[in-house]
Amino acid sequence: MARNINMRIWRGNVTDGGLENVVVEANEGEVVLDVIHRVQATQMGDLAVRWNCKAGKCGSCSMEINGKPRLACMTQLSSFKEDETITVTPLRAFPVIKDLVTDVSFNYRKAMEVPAYAHPVNLAPGEARMEQVDVERSQEFRKCIECFLCQDTCHVIRDHEENKKSFAGPRFFIRIAELDMHPLDTLRNRKKTAQEEHGLGMCNITKCCTEVCPEHIRITDNAIIPMKERVVDVKYDPLRWLGSKISKREGIV
Amino acid sequence: MSTIERHEYDVIVIGAGGAGLRAAVEAREANLRVAIICKSLFGKAHTVMAEGGAAASMGNVNEKDNWQVHFRDTMRGGKFLNNYRMAELHAKESPDRIWELETWGALFDRTKEGKISQRNFGGHEYPRLAHVGDRTGLELIRTMQQKIVALQQEDGKKTGSMEANIKVFAELTVTEILKEKGQISGVYGYWRESGAEVLFEAPTVIIATGGVGKTFKITSNSWEGTGDGHALALKAGANLVDMEFLQFHPTGMVWPPSVRGILVTESVRGEGGVLTNTLGERFMFKYIPDVFVDKYADNEAEADRWYLDQDNNRRPPELLPRDEVARAINSEVKAGRGTEHGGVFLDVSKRLSAEVIKKRLPSMWHQFYELAGVDITKEPMEVGPTCHYVMGGVEVVPDTAAAVGVPGLFAAGEVAGGMHGSNRLGGNSLSDLLVFGRRAGIGASEYAKKATRIPVSEESIKAAAARIEAPFSREGGENSYSLHAELQEITHFLVGIVRTGAELKEAIEKIAEIRKRSANVSVSGGRHFNPGFHLAFDLDNMLLVAESTAKSAILREESRGGHTRDDFPGMNDKWRQINHISSFDGEKVSIKAQPLPAIPKELFDLFDVHELEKYMTAEEIAKGGSN
Repeated sequence: MARNINMRIWRGNVTDGGLENVVVEANEGEVVLDVIHRVQATQMGDLAVRWNCKAGKCGSCSMEINGKPRLACMTQLSSFKEDETITVTPLRAFPVIKDLVTDVSFNYRKAMEVPAYAHPVNLAPGEARMEQVDVERSQEFRKCIECFLCQDTCHVIRDHEENKKSFAGPRFFIRIAELDMHPLDTLRNRKKTAQEEHGLGMCNITKCCTEVCPEHIRITDNAIIPMKERVVDVKYDPLRWLGSKISKREGIV
Repeated sequence: MSTIERHEYDVIVIGAGGAGLRAAVEAREANLRVAIICKSLFGKAHTVMAEGGAAASMGNVNEKDNWQVHFRDTMRGGKFLNNYRMAELHAKESPDRIWELETWGALFDRTKEGKISQRNFGGHEYPRLAHVGDRTGLELIRTMQQKIVALQQEDGKKTGSMEANIKVFAELTVTEILKEKGQISGVYGYWRESGAEVLFEAPTVIIATGGVGKTFKITSNSWEGTGDGHALALKAGANLVDMEFLQFHPTGMVWPPSVRGILVTESVRGEGGVLTNTLGERFMFKYIPDVFVDKYADNEAEADRWYLDQDNNRRPPELLPRDEVARAINSEVKAGRGTEHGGVFLDVSKRLSAEVIKKRLPSMWHQFYELAGVDITKEPMEVGPTCHYVMGGVEVVPDTAAAVGVPGLFAAGEVAGGMHGSNRLGGNSLSDLLVFGRRAGIGASEYAKKATRIPVSEESIKAAAARIEAPFSREGGENSYSLHAELQEITHFLVGIVRTGAELKEAIEKIAEIRKRSANVSVSGGRHFNPGFHLAFDLDNMLLVAESTAKSAILREESRGGHTRDDFPGMNDKWRQINHISSFDGEKVSIKAQPLPAIPKELFDLFDVHELEKYMTAEEIAKGGSN
């Protein structure tokens, strides 16, 4: 059942590069990563591509396939037309290292800026009791495989390098939401810092991040919008604003 | 002095999976400076692939569970070839390690009382696996990754630099563990991105590199599972123990070809999935070995009742230890009762509703739907054995995880040997890496605090650098991709799930032949992020591992756990008393037999003596333990 397909693969480095045409054999049931590996083994021994699990669980093989941010291991060849040329390019939001590999260190720096989980001081190991329904809200966000496709597609940073400094991106909004909704986390002000330090306000909820999420996490509806609503509630409710000032407590809970 | 990039640390951890991260946390908590080195990006290690859960006898679902029961199950699963002390420490400490993760922010699924939920798994007498749906490994690695960040944030507040005491060197490959005067002095490697070389100086190194699956053709392992730590340890003068034992997970995907080998979690069977052949026969009832007849149901009615009443029924045989199930599937396929793609059927759709399947096995649903076009809530999956885990590994001192014979070297997780004997129970890997990752962190910290540092010599650096440059200086040599494919064919057909002496002999010769040719690998392109160059080093490691496995396997003339000999079917009491120790002299791997440490009386007495009679010689039984 083997057939030949036409591909265009972006090759190059941070200073220079372009698309190269290749014809490669493809078999039934294969995904884009399979044919990239075949190109690597038979035609371009030094073609750079990241991958690990090849089962949509690690989020390493993120790239743009015909212009869309996708995991190469989860993109079936059968989803393209028989004679369609498949074009693979590196993630656009991050600097190229080589070929399909980009420098995603931006994300790891942002991860270090989100204040860590704070366990209740008096709650000993093994003593925690939580309802399944309560942990499920955070569990949805903990499904994140850190493929950074949401970061790549987010228009706040995709073509705006200058915004990266003050914008953590959807991946880290769900991280903050996850901690904020964590039944045991004791750190306050998470929503407020999301707004003031991580650029939550810059998101204008176009839901592009939700659309590309391979884990189908409802990033916008379940994390970003609820946080935005609560932030707005407090900011514009004069009584709660006053309350938060008088009692020296954060009004956002 | 050479002008390469240099770093100095107290503890170097190679590998950023569960064991490596847990070790790093411990070393940093001991106020030491730690470098974590990993081949991939931070958080992508193979631990993310672990699905079912982490075994720990918390007794949240069945209060009869305790460490003694867990210990017994582990020893039975390993066919009593386990290092008893490792199995004991593991069973005793697992619950604390799971609860500790919760204090770092992990969110496990809950019971009705709000405790951590526990699920059934093969070989475990009670529901024992703490889990998060079927993505438990991801939860573990993310929790520890975030714990590392938490510690970095603490350091940032104290010192002004978040990377003052703990730094992750991602996408860096270690090519050599360095020693001076017989003790550890550091490691040498290169950045995958630039190909630039790096020297790390430190008195202690913890190897936590995981497994060897990529040595085989059909595997659930990612590209990283190339036995790096096994090979680095051998070359540094450490031993490997029992490398003949490979776990073929009974259920890997078999169709389409591009997903062949990808893991189908044992939770599918834990949640009630049944195995059938093409005749529609639920065949596992035919494959209950003598040693397990009193624990497993021999008829469908009882097996089905067990899901509702576990106190009064025996377990379904689908939940036998993995080696038994893998061999059974292999036999069914060989007997012509397999599917056209060489698998059998695994069906959970008849027992659970679509809604429950999607909730309890979300990533399985997703994986089959997107990669195979199969809706597991309506139809069966096609599955077959896949190389999943290596029980063999670095010979260590159980309490400290110190590698035997090399002062300053430690090993934890899959790369360490002994804990699982001849076969690992599902769920015991995630708990293993927590228990022994922590112990390696403590062991290495105590050693590092007392050690005298010996600077790495210029000669050592030159030799390590020359090795990295070598494949670039050769022209028109062998292609590392083709040699890797040839090696995988040999291991698959000659050192696979069922072995014979003649095939193993052939394998040893062929592996040696590839080793010779691999000395002439040349690489196209430059050093800049070049996978062909990276594979040249991985290949070298896989060849050493394959040699060690084949040579250990030809000597063990019995079938036990993850080592099945067609020419020596059945277990042999004599062989249970022997560990195979691999060592490397720079040219070839040699194997010697070493007596298995005898189980002490207090652990011996945890078993019914009639059960032990199935495994031990009359003399051993008469002695009743070592003291």
